[in-house]
Amino acid sequence: MDSSLFLLSEGDAGVVREVRLTGDVRRRLMDLGLTPGARVACLFSAPSGDPRAYMVRGSVIALRREDAAGVALGGQ
Amino acid sequence: MGLTLNSVGRRASDLQHTDTPRAFRTAALAGNPNVGKSTVFNGLTGLRQHTGNWSGKTVLTAAGSFELDGRTYALVDIPGAYSLRAGSAEEEAARDAIVFGGADLVVVVCDAGALERNLNLTLQILEATPNVIVAVNLMDEAKKRGISVDTAKLSQLLGVPVVPMAARRGRGLAELRRAVADFIPPPYACTVRYADPIEDAVNGLEMALENVLEGRLNARFAALRLLEGDGKMLARTDEFLGFPLAQHPAVAPALDSARQILRDAGLEDGAVGDALIAGIYKKSEEICRQCVRGPAGYGERQLKIDRLLTRRLTGIPVMLALLALIFYITIRGANGPSDLLYALFERLGAAMAEGLRGLHAPEALTRALIFGVWRVLGYVVSVMLPPMAIFFPLFTLLEDLGYLPRVAFDLDAGFRKAGACGKQCLTMAMGFGCNAAGVVGCRIIDSKRERLIAVLTNSLVPCNGRFPILIALITMFLVTSGGAGGSVLAALALTGFIVAGVAATLLASRLLSRTVLKGEPSSPTLELPPFRCPKVGEVIVRSLLDRTLFVLGRAAAVAAPAGLLIWLAANVRVGNGTVLSAVTGTLDPVGRFLGMDGVILTAFLLGIPANETVVPIMIMAYAASGTFEGYENLSALRELLLANGWTSVTAVCTALFTVLHWPCTTTLLTVKKETGSVKWTVLAALLPTCMGVLACALTARLFG
Repeated sequence: MDSSLFLLSEGDAGVVREVRLTGDVRRRLMDLGLTPGARVACLFSAPSGDPRAYMVRGSVIALRREDAAGVALGGQ
Repeated sequence: MGLTLNSVGRRASDLQHTDTPRAFRTAALAGNPNVGKSTVFNGLTGLRQHTGNWSGKTVLTAAGSFELDGRTYALVDIPGAYSLRAGSAEEEAARDAIVFGGADLVVVVCDAGALERNLNLTLQILEATPNVIVAVNLMDEAKKRGISVDTAKLSQLLGVPVVPMAARRGRGLAELRRAVADFIPPPYACTVRYADPIEDAVNGLEMALENVLEGRLNARFAALRLLEGDGKMLARTDEFLGFPLAQHPAVAPALDSARQILRDAGLEDGAVGDALIAGIYKKSEEICRQCVRGPAGYGERQLKIDRLLTRRLTGIPVMLALLALIFYITIRGANGPSDLLYALFERLGAAMAEGLRGLHAPEALTRALIFGVWRVLGYVVSVMLPPMAIFFPLFTLLEDLGYLPRVAFDLDAGFRKAGACGKQCLTMAMGFGCNAAGVVGCRIIDSKRERLIAVLTNSLVPCNGRFPILIALITMFLVTSGGAGGSVLAALALTGFIVAGVAATLLASRLLSRTVLKGEPSSPTLELPPFRCPKVGEVIVRSLLDRTLFVLGRAAAVAAPAGLLIWLAANVRVGNGTVLSAVTGTLDPVGRFLGMDGVILTAFLLGIPANETVVPIMIMAYAASGTFEGYENLSALRELLLANGWTSVTAVCTALFTVLHWPCTTTLLTVKKETGSVKWTVLAALLPTCMGVLACALTARLFG
């Protein structure tokens, strides 16, 4: 199954499989707790539908579409 | 909105140097953004660092101290960071302060409600030094969400002292002071054990490093950074040590063989960093399983509010309505006090003039002092003080509540289309308070390109010194009907001008990102903190004392000499007219072209040191050229402006120019300091000025 954070709809949750992004963004997202095995829930979206707010490890972070699409879900 | 005496006043430079020579012990205060570090810092030291509910509000390092049992303990408040693997400039500053800062111990402030994430930084810091105290803050907030943290168990697992806190309520402060005073290096501080190949690689390298580093840096920490290959971090390490660590003859071979071990295990360079962070989070999960109890989800009520604030149909309207509401309260509330203050100043001025005449002071001196200095001061105080004193606290309440990050979230798409960062919203919001503070705040933006865009466009939103000008113009000319209905209209008009400022910001950002600052928008990470109930009393007192009075003081300091200057200029004659009429006459054609006149333009020029003085100087200049002897009340000033040819177009153009013109000197100096470049500073002045000239000239042509 090839799911990503971006495909998660409001109110749904999933488990991170891997972060497919590179460079600073990759490091930043992993530092925020999006490491393999982490549970993520999609909470709400901005008026234009992008960015969206996700809950990970007890805090809420906003991610733009292309970044959310780079976080693969599934497994575990 | 961090403009306080501490942040830009004379004491600002003192606060930044971190060594307090007489201190018995120095503690650095670290933590994730928005965990209440500044609140803990203020609570411990009695200082007043500005606090607010959003990530990245502390961008400067502040130092303070406290005393216990006759000893002085120095405390350094460093910017928030998610990780020692620095991304932004402020995170770099935080990392340097923690790793190379030379503090005796690090107090890591954690959010009890997001401990798992907070332990990432904590465990990373524990790799650099075992001299750590963990302060688990926001225990009260977490409890409300049904989360409890067993701090005794946490202390046992981490091997360092742990202090539970609710710093906003003053809880845990005494315990933390005591913990800092009684601190002894913990013998069994927790270290993360990574996957086998990494541990194997680290072991050999660590031994080689021990001898080379001689205790200046933790050998295991240095080994991990070498293997991870964080270029910026290693460059800083080399600078700190004074030699290139990786090339040291005793290190290089060990590093080679360590890397070979990793390659054999299939871990290429980039993969090491990932493995480390995954290892840290695994440890963090393990710790939290044992000492955190409670729901991991988001509160239902909070979610409902958040959805209301961010929905397609309600997000932006709610934002505009809140802004208009704040303006309404400001305009409605400022009216009475303004008139009262004005009358008071007039009466006092008359009495003083009487007194001076009684003392047989020269008439010219009396007039210069009363009609020059005193009257301009009176205008600044009566026109500017009431709206500032109302707007500042109201805005701070919204800030404390945690609303600003939601605005940034809502407007992110707009900023992204403009090629900028959604976080620019936060710096823009800081600009409402003070553009200089907003420019400094741009440090929260990671991408250099986007940070420059935010810096250059910050003055396009009117600061606290400028929107009373807008209020004055609107209430004098555009919405003249009084009462609640008039105030509603005035608030809407003001909101309109602010929206114009935001639109100008987006336009200018787009322009910049298409021309001199080309590039792809980066990926910002914006944290949305839980709503916090603001401490209303404290907010009012603090924003009045720390900000309003400071800003007013600055304005008055500019206004007094400006008043004298104008009076002199209006009374010293050259040729057929006065110096003032010569100056305003020269500027008049330019002013007319822009839908204004020479006097207004002169006022804007003289108002460079402090925009608060523009309207008072303007009124003075008009008055001084005629036979102005003062008016009964403020609304009578409208007559003065009308007599000088003002129309509603003049008022609109002046309002537009108020929003769009060169920034004040403080802001320009700050831009120079932040960008380190004259070129960008000049652009920061030219950009809004050109936009203002364009907007005003167009308005004048279309409606004049």
